[in-house]
Amino acid sequence: MKYVDEYRDEGVVRALVAHLACQVTRSWVLMEICGGQTHTIMRYGLDELLPRQIELVHGPGCPVCVTPLETIDKAIALAARPEVTFVTYGDMLRVPGSESDLFRVRAAGGDVRVVYSPMEALKLARSHPERQVVFFAIGFETTAPANAMALRQAGREGLKNFSALVSHMLVPPAIRLLLESSSNRVQGFIAPGHVCTVMGLEQYETLSREFGVPFVVGGFEPVDLLEATAMLVAQLETGRAEVENQYVRSVSRRGNRAAQRLIKEVFEVCDRKWRGIGVIRQSGLRLRAALGEHDTEQLFDLDDFHAEEPAECLSADVLQGLKTPPDCPAFGTRCTPQNPLGALMVSGEGTCAAYHRYRGVAESRGRR
Amino acid sequence: MCLAIPGRILSTEERDTNRIARVEFGGVIREALLDLVPEARVGDYVMVHVGLAISRVDAEEAEETLELLRSMDALDYAGADG
Ligand code: SF4
Repeated sequence: MKYVDEYRDEGVVRALVAHLACQVTRSWVLMEICGGQTHTIMRYGLDELLPRQIELVHGPGCPVCVTPLETIDKAIALAARPEVTFVTYGDMLRVPGSESDLFRVRAAGGDVRVVYSPMEALKLARSHPERQVVFFAIGFETTAPANAMALRQAGREGLKNFSALVSHMLVPPAIRLLLESSSNRVQGFIAPGHVCTVMGLEQYETLSREFGVPFVVGGFEPVDLLEATAMLVAQLETGRAEVENQYVRSVSRRGNRAAQRLIKEVFEVCDRKWRGIGVIRQSGLRLRAALGEHDTEQLFDLDDFHAEEPAECLSADVLQGLKTPPDCPAFGTRCTPQNPLGALMVSGEGTCAAYHRYRGVAESRGRR
Repeated sequence: MCLAIPGRILSTEERDTNRIARVEFGGVIREALLDLVPEARVGDYVMVHVGLAISRVDAEEAEETLELLRSMDALDYAGADG
């Protein structure tokens, strides 16, 4: 596949690894922010190819993992209602709520549909006017434009039976929180390539200036991630702290302005709770009042959900790069992909699931 | 979840108010909305996420950086072992 295979080339991977080995003179802690990048790193064992001085920690960039437990519980309650057709991206099916998950609701007869695109949710609403179609609008800046487009369209058509349970999140405020924390160890960041495709580089330039930390926007293939790592190390070794772009084939400095306008038209910034982390100020998007007719939370009488994470789950520390999954006593025993205790074990992009799948339990522990 | 996949535009059409393309991803053909990449034309590659194209792949930039990476492979580190 063009623009994929070239970036998995073994010769180039080896050359980059060798180049890194010559470059690095001391220890550095780097974080890849996006769960998709974590997945690639684990799948190809890139962390093991790197010189030992470079430690990669894994960031909070998996929207499936950080959608708050209360919101999952709301989704589950909605999906179980007889009048509701609940529409979601497949990744959300197995995310554990306090007591159940969407998969089990479906098995018990709930009308839960998995779609590839939010436009399919709109189609369902058009063709089933007798049903209340509720779309689970989750994701980061990458997904916000598509979800916004569906909602804007529903508004234009006056599609009364279409609403969205919105739990959108923004990446930069979470990075800021991490950088402000006194326990932060991260010295340089691989910024998320598709979030930046939409948003551009400006927000990361602000963070880089303010905290004196380098960022390199990276893609998702092994060559992308190694090149981004090399660019970061080059900055750190020479005392620079700038925003650089490795993923030039998709990301421009300004991002996609049309997408940014669309997001602004449909959503507004709000405080948002992150699963495992807590409330982060101005880190979410919610529907604007003008589209209130399509806001599930206004349409349905929903109880207030309060939920506690299992005390055992270390996801907060894992999400902030303070711990790795094998540090968690439940990892691979009471918490597995088939029976996840925490959300990081669910999505293929969750750090715990990536370790479990590509490294196995014993090996993860042995390597610690 | 934030994955976007590069695909080649085979054809485009206007439908209702949307610009819709047939896009090929390594042999699989799917529809994608092109509303946010008005500059994209048939033959171009676009990055598609949940059915919406979010960027047009900059072919020139991509070729240039690949060239650079490949030359590094051939010259500087031939036989290097990591
Ligand atoms: S292994 Fe499971 S319980 Fe432990 S931190 Fe990861 S998700 Fe939480």
